[in-house]
Amino acid sequence: MDAHTERAVADVSAFVEAVTETRKYLAKVSDPDRIDAAESELLGRKSLLVLARRQLGNLPSDIRKQAGRRVNEARDRLQQAVDEARSRVKAELRVQSYETDRLDLTERLISQRQRRGSLHLITQARDHLEDIFVGMGFTVAEGPEVESAWYNYEALNIPEWHPARGSFDTLFVDLGEPEEVMLRSHNSPVQIRTMEACEPPIYIVAPGRAFRRDTADATHLPTFNQIEGLVVDHDITMADLAGTVDEFVKAFFGREVDCRLRPSHFPFTEPSAEFDVSRPDGSWLELGGCGMVHPDVLRNCEVDPEVWQGFAFGFGIDRLVAIRYQLEDIRELANSDVRFLRQFQHPVREVLL
Amino acid sequence: MKVLLSWLREFVPDIGDDHAMLGDVLSGLGLNVEEVSLVGVIPDGVVLGRVVALRPHPNADKMQLVDVEDGSGGDVLQVCCGAFNMAVGDLIPLARVGTVMPNGMQVRRAQLRGQVSNGMCCSEAELGLGSDADGIMILDRKIIGEAELGMSLEQALGVKPDVLWDLEVNPNRPDAMCVMGVARDLAAKFDLAFEPPVWSPEATAESAADVASVKISDPTLCGRFSVRLLRNVTVGESPSWLADRLTALGMRPINNIVDISNYVMLESGQPSHAFDLACIPDGRLQIRRAAAGERLVTLDGAERVLAEGDGVITDSRDRILSIAGVMGGASTEISSSTTDVLLEMAWWDPPSISRTVKRLNLSSEAATRFRRGTDWGENVDRCFNRFAQLAAESGVTLAAGTVEAWGDLPDRTPVRVRPSRINGLLGTELEASDMSKHLRSIGFGVSENEGGTVTGDGNALDYKGSGDLRVAIPTWRWDVTTETDISEEVARLHGYENIGRTVVVSSKAGGLSPYQKDRRLVRDVLAGAGCDEIQPMPFVSVEMFKLLRQHGDAISVTNPVDAEEPFLRTSLLLGHLKAVAYNQRHFNGDVRFFEIGHVYLPPLEGQLLPDEREYLAVTLAGEEAPAAVAVLDLLVEAFDLCAAELSVSSLNCELQQIQAIRSDQSNGDDATVRQRLGGLHPTRCAEVVLNDRVVGVVGEADPAVLEACGVEGRMAWLELDLIQVLDPKRTRSLYRPVSKYPPSDVDLAFVVPDTVNAAQVERALLEAASFLLTDLQLFDVYRGAGIEERSRSLTYRLRFQALDHTLTDAEVAEARQACIDGVARRTGGKLRA
Repeated sequence: MDAHTERAVADVSAFVEAVTETRKYLAKVSDPDRIDAAESELLGRKSLLVLARRQLGNLPSDIRKQAGRRVNEARDRLQQAVDEARSRVKAELRVQSYETDRLDLTERLISQRQRRGSLHLITQARDHLEDIFVGMGFTVAEGPEVESAWYNYEALNIPEWHPARGSFDTLFVDLGEPEEVMLRSHNSPVQIRTMEACEPPIYIVAPGRAFRRDTADATHLPTFNQIEGLVVDHDITMADLAGTVDEFVKAFFGREVDCRLRPSHFPFTEPSAEFDVSRPDGSWLELGGCGMVHPDVLRNCEVDPEVWQGFAFGFGIDRLVAIRYQLEDIRELANSDVRFLRQFQHPVREVLL
Repeated sequence: MKVLLSWLREFVPDIGDDHAMLGDVLSGLGLNVEEVSLVGVIPDGVVLGRVVALRPHPNADKMQLVDVEDGSGGDVLQVCCGAFNMAVGDLIPLARVGTVMPNGMQVRRAQLRGQVSNGMCCSEAELGLGSDADGIMILDRKIIGEAELGMSLEQALGVKPDVLWDLEVNPNRPDAMCVMGVARDLAAKFDLAFEPPVWSPEATAESAADVASVKISDPTLCGRFSVRLLRNVTVGESPSWLADRLTALGMRPINNIVDISNYVMLESGQPSHAFDLACIPDGRLQIRRAAAGERLVTLDGAERVLAEGDGVITDSRDRILSIAGVMGGASTEISSSTTDVLLEMAWWDPPSISRTVKRLNLSSEAATRFRRGTDWGENVDRCFNRFAQLAAESGVTLAAGTVEAWGDLPDRTPVRVRPSRINGLLGTELEASDMSKHLRSIGFGVSENEGGTVTGDGNALDYKGSGDLRVAIPTWRWDVTTETDISEEVARLHGYENIGRTVVVSSKAGGLSPYQKDRRLVRDVLAGAGCDEIQPMPFVSVEMFKLLRQHGDAISVTNPVDAEEPFLRTSLLLGHLKAVAYNQRHFNGDVRFFEIGHVYLPPLEGQLLPDEREYLAVTLAGEEAPAAVAVLDLLVEAFDLCAAELSVSSLNCELQQIQAIRSDQSNGDDATVRQRLGGLHPTRCAEVVLNDRVVGVVGEADPAVLEACGVEGRMAWLELDLIQVLDPKRTRSLYRPVSKYPPSDVDLAFVVPDTVNAAQVERALLEAASFLLTDLQLFDVYRGAGIEERSRSLTYRLRFQALDHTLTDAEVAEARQACIDGVARRTGGKLRA
């Protein structure tokens, strides 16, 4: 073996040995720059690999092939070690970065806090009621809060002398003749307006605000919210009224709640009834009024009572809310106190009696 | 209307005494039990005792020691007692140790502050005998007679347990305003016979017609006016049984004549009035309507000024003696010297009585019954007899004959009733005979339409078919006139609980209107933005309206709940100011509110009712105007209020800043603007314009108004006419293709005088730019070094983009230049160097 050959064999061996050493080194290194330097030293443009490859040509052909293989295998091993070292170091750095990234998520600054607002209790209950009746094929009708005597009384079969008029404690408004215009004392005017505007069949509920001359106290407010229903169709009976009210009661209060009708009197319905719902203790809670639409009311709206029949019902939404939340002072509903309002972020889904 | 079980049983003895069951039956008949109380039930162990000594309690000031003799012959019992109204020798109710009191408490032998107490001295209230809870009940020998010490109190007082119901009687039940009417209903429900008792007092030989005469001048006022003559009257106290019943039913005993009048009214429903004959020497009574301004001093001592149409009873000289059906006059009131009485019973036209009651704001037990319609039939004669029979006990005699006159009485032509119609209304399948049975049970007469006779006794006819019925309505049911009225009676007696239950099915789908759906979305958007919904009252005070300079527009309430707040709101602002102030007072300054509610603007030309609108308001306490604009932008996005044909977002909903205060204060337009923006910060507010219509305002509340309302800090404000904003006819965006080519963003900074609004610059940019402009955003405002005084730099980012190609530099440059020129031309804004 001549000196050239020896030198070549030595260079090849030096490369292979350097690879072995460097792999050990790379297994421990944690600085990405050092990986780059090691890679460059062994595999770069002026590296041992380049020298070893150049020397392969100086080898006799009988060993050249084998030497070439040794060089290539060594290079592959090193490349693999470099890759492994890189991904290991990258992972180590990632872990370090997580540490420096650490945030205490329980430090909740008020300035970063996003509050969701709340819907008013009356709105929540009203939406719930509307949805139940919409599910039964009703639409939702609305009307003005300031009404004429015709819509608030006369069309509803409450003539000027009727004792029921006094019981409404109406708030009158300085428009028209004395006592001709008023804040509506119930939502029934919407029934009249609907019958005037639409041909039967009619299936509506009318939620909204009504008014009475009550001084505000724990159980009264001058403004309150009602929902009334009106159905006018062929062959509507009192059994339909009883069944529909019962179905509403079960949908709203729960399937186990029962409902009963008791005879009562309203000028705009006949027969008239109050409806009560059962409480778990076996007692009955008076909820609202209902009845078959009085023929005179139908006639006042130019609906022929010999062709069409209907029923109507109504009750207070405030009262439902007061029952649901065991509200001791309903003035809270009008007080706009955020400590009260913010208790009711989640809408009413079930009603407790 | 109160009734006693014992009184009811005088007319229907067989209804038993299960008060819970009877209460349910009464409610089921439409006589809803509002309250029930057991009266006269004295617990076992309460006996008659006598106070033999009273000594101070050594360890307590609020108690004394009472030695009570209980008749047992043993030692006196020492009782600790908190009342001091007794004297030695008084007879008192003593509850022995072991007695269970009506409230459930058991009396025990106890040590009270170191002293033994061997029982309890009782008050009326503790025994359930009355309402007096102030002291121990002192028993009167006159009442307990010879009762011995130790006798049970129940025996000593001779009381019997009874049930007192307070019934809610609806206006359509004139018949149930008396014990007998309630008894009639119960008898019907229990299938028991009901016959009103017959009272037949003997009359003297004297004829009433020789002494008295009556005349009805207005037959529409009075249907029947009847008078009988009573002699030998001695006005004095009523017997205790009668006084007790009146007291139990809530009436105060006055004297025997008045008490009997009340007793008969409570029992049979017919009010009566006793005139002292000495005050009406010629015995002539006349009925007419009053002329406006006539006066009368009524029994209660008040002078009443009558209005035209009020019914009155006068004497032959036309002096008013009484307000018909409401209250008697003082001048003919019976007194201790009265010996002869003209006793009057009448039927008055219910609407007339109602009008008088309302006009005079004066009611009475009599008026309550007359305005519902009393019985003008034989009940009147029965009541005269009952009166005379009760009065006879005090020696009163009844002259022969009734002096009476008749006016218009309600039409009692039998009503045609179609059983099929009743079943069709009630959802029942009753036989005609069932209906007849029910109706007859409460005194209606029923016969077949053809050939039958109208009978009231309920026995005459048997029904097999389903032909029409002819129903005769009894005189005690003024309220019943139609087939529908009769259907209600059938339903009531059939029992509402026996009516089936079916659920209606609409042939059309239900649902919310687009507006109602959008309104819910508005609420959700605002709740998402951290606003709490409020629903304050709509009433506003005079001062507040003045503060907002809106009082000229306000509608006032004639009879406001609070005289301080007579106006209806024309804006939601005041309710929010109050709400913010309230919360700030309670240390919650940082509130965000919204409200959707009605405002009441003056009626439009030719309209009776106000121009009522549904407004949306948003309040951001502690925030400046831009925060409210940001909320507006949120709504603009949520409702896609930008029109489809514009390729730039949000600009169809634009703001017009209003300078509410101008140098020329006398300017007419200025006043209008100020009124429109009442309460808003003069230089920090804008009108919201949608499709060229003003639909609301946005900005801040006027600091002067905030101060007056006690609100600290600033308050951002947004108020929109919600129906106009959510107009269902508004155009909805169609699909717009998305460009696949890159955009070119161009930033342009303009120096603009403060007098020029940014909105004007934006409009200039929009008008100048070609269709290539797809987005426009203001992203910087700069005042200061390098910018002239009273000007600022507005920097806009414009995005140009084409659908079909990448824009060339030349195209972008051309569009950019057009924008610069447009702003310069329209606003005088110069490109910032």
